[in-house]
Amino acid sequence: MLLEMEKMTKKYGALTANHEVDFNLRKGEIHALVGENGAGKTTLMRILYGMEQPTSGVIKVDGKERQFGTPADAIQSGIGMVHQHFMLFPSFSIAENIVIGREPGTAGRFDRKEAAQVVRELSQQYGMPVDPLMKIGDCSLGVQQRVEILKVLYQGADIIVLDEPTGVLTPLEVKELLAAIKGLAAKGKSFILITHKLHEIMDVADRITVLRDGKVTGVLNTADTNAEELSRLMVGRELAEFKKQPSVPGDIVLDVDQVTLQAGKGKPLLDQISLQVRAGEIVGVAGISGNGQSELIQAITGLARIDKGKVRLAGQDVTESSVREIRNRGLAHIPEDRYMWGAAGEASVFENGLMGYQRKHQRFGFIQGKRSRKMVADFIRTFGVKTSSQETKARYLSGGNLQKLIVARELGHGTPFVIAAEPTRGVDIGAMETIHGELLRRREERGGILLISSELSEILKLSDRIVVMYDGRITGELRTEEATEEKISLLMAGGDIHAQS
Amino acid sequence: MDQFLDISLFNSTIRMVTPILLAALGGALCARVGFFNVALEGMILTGAFTAIVGNHFFGNVWLAVLFAAGCVTLFSWLLAFISLHLKANEIIVGISFNFLAAGLTTFTLRALFDVKGAYYDKNMTGLPTWNIPEVQDIPVLGGIISGHSPLVYLAFLLAAVMQYYLFKTKSGFRLLASGENPVAAQSLGIKVRRIQYGAILASGLLCGLAGAQLSLGQVTMFSEGMTGGRGFIALVATMLGQNNPLGVVASSLLFGFMDAISIRLQGFSLPTHFTLMLPFVVTLIAMFFFKDKSYLQHSNKINGRS
Repeated sequence: MLLEMEKMTKKYGALTANHEVDFNLRKGEIHALVGENGAGKTTLMRILYGMEQPTSGVIKVDGKERQFGTPADAIQSGIGMVHQHFMLFPSFSIAENIVIGREPGTAGRFDRKEAAQVVRELSQQYGMPVDPLMKIGDCSLGVQQRVEILKVLYQGADIIVLDEPTGVLTPLEVKELLAAIKGLAAKGKSFILITHKLHEIMDVADRITVLRDGKVTGVLNTADTNAEELSRLMVGRELAEFKKQPSVPGDIVLDVDQVTLQAGKGKPLLDQISLQVRAGEIVGVAGISGNGQSELIQAITGLARIDKGKVRLAGQDVTESSVREIRNRGLAHIPEDRYMWGAAGEASVFENGLMGYQRKHQRFGFIQGKRSRKMVADFIRTFGVKTSSQETKARYLSGGNLQKLIVARELGHGTPFVIAAEPTRGVDIGAMETIHGELLRRREERGGILLISSELSEILKLSDRIVVMYDGRITGELRTEEATEEKISLLMAGGDIHAQS
Repeated sequence: MDQFLDISLFNSTIRMVTPILLAALGGALCARVGFFNVALEGMILTGAFTAIVGNHFFGNVWLAVLFAAGCVTLFSWLLAFISLHLKANEIIVGISFNFLAAGLTTFTLRALFDVKGAYYDKNMTGLPTWNIPEVQDIPVLGGIISGHSPLVYLAFLLAAVMQYYLFKTKSGFRLLASGENPVAAQSLGIKVRRIQYGAILASGLLCGLAGAQLSLGQVTMFSEGMTGGRGFIALVATMLGQNNPLGVVASSLLFGFMDAISIRLQGFSLPTHFTLMLPFVVTLIAMFFFKDKSYLQHSNKINGRS
């Protein structure tokens, strides 16, 4: 065993984050660590990386007992960590980002040429191509992820912890990353992979340790298990099977007609987009992020002014209307970036729940506190939002819980039309189940939903019809019955399915 | 025009620019570690006052300069302690330090010398001027460059040293890293807090020298509020120079030149109050023209400090 963690316990006051957790890692192994938010994965890894001290328990590397007081100690023992939020310096070059802390050069001088050379060799050695002189700020997230991995390799790590490495990557980048991890494991590096995405685990992991409520609920060989068993071990119960009734589309609630959005003089960001959403159906918009989905959302919700075309909501032209007017006409919007558009981190859970209702819940210009608190309490209860109180600041909620609050708030308006953009990005499967269930329920209640997601499985699971966007255009529309991942992937890359057949 | 743009105008530009340059270099160092140092004005004023006090008590101009540098470094340590350790808002602390410096110097002036407004002692010697043997004989250039106080040359030397330090050394690289992303720097084992302290203390030292140049180099006296907004101009010079030492030299020269011109214009029987406005008008115009992206980005970075 390369790494053994025995009976790790971590208590924060009355709260036990880890209870006698055993975890081990073999050389050259990819070991997935799964569990819902708050199950104790992050705590365990923070202990391993020297960022937290365990209440009790033993860590052994290569059979020798070790204590990590700081990350520097962990790095010394060959443990590297790639954090969920990248720890990079945007205005520095790739080479500078990799060598920082152990810069080459003599007598205090930083030899940048040498650094670029070292990084070039490193990237060749491990088959992860990067341009050492490029600025991090100009790199895609996929490349940034690669830089993070090269950085821990440069630091001499043999054990690499990846915390939610694929959350922000496009499907293609995810594929490349997983291939790179497999390659490195074949070269003798060992990985601990923390993720919510079970299909990725089934793809690359050798073994899986499942945590729930701070305890290990299973250590499994990937070959002997399946996604269902894993989710049961994670959640502690069977997940509800979705019975999707065939859709009975009613009247058109959203009509996007030849919408063009031009930014500057270049190519249009949206090029003559036309699509309709009817009552009682979910229309999925698939596509690699950055192909015009964000702009489409902004065009519909009134956040951006369109140059050509019309947007009609429940038969009324809202092209020139303000965001407030459009919302009043019957639009709710679960935004794609919950921190930027969806919530105010410094405001309380109560205030975040009230947003959008403040004009309805007022009398003589004052907010009706009792009525509003009851409403937010309902959101919290029906969606199972885990929060200590309504006064907690929103930024202290985990991503999944904040997202549940936002979804509850937006669906609570009871509007005939809902935009759900990346409704489950970065949330655990329990929260995902809740959110998907509620979206389907809204569909049963004859609401129209436009679902925008870069997760193909989500699109396929929920949608009745699927449109695919590429480069600001709609490249195809499919009924879900005829849609396959292959067909959609082809359209997402700008291909044409009809030319194939 | 010959009378207006003569050698002595440029010579006085070099002299005028020095306090601004020294303080602006300190400001740039602070900005590079993500600390927006609004207290430059107060620190220069403290430097100017302590330089005179040191000169009075030690009777030696060099000891006086050291004394000023030491006192202001101590003063800046308090600033660093309150903002970094006690996590107070750096803008508020900075502003209150400016008022503290104004009050403290006025009060101590009365307590020590029993005078109001200004202190002047005709027996007190200021900083010597250096005439560089070879250089002073060069036509035009010699007249501009030669014949300044040692602090003037030190200021320009320090700018070059700082440029090298920031962009060529490992230690400078880590300093830049701590400002760019403190959380990431910390996770790499870089001692961010220590670097921030270092930068603020260094800015105190630089402001001490700036004050000494003001009260011992340009004149040999102290008067209440004699900095006259130079600390704020230095702050602008810092931003305009985008926190690059050489950029700061360029922007400081611009402001020093305007300072020199405004004094020169008084000789042309323009109203004093009008000419005194000139550096600030240019500051506003400069801010307007240099509001490009990279500058904005940097100020965002400073605001977005954790």
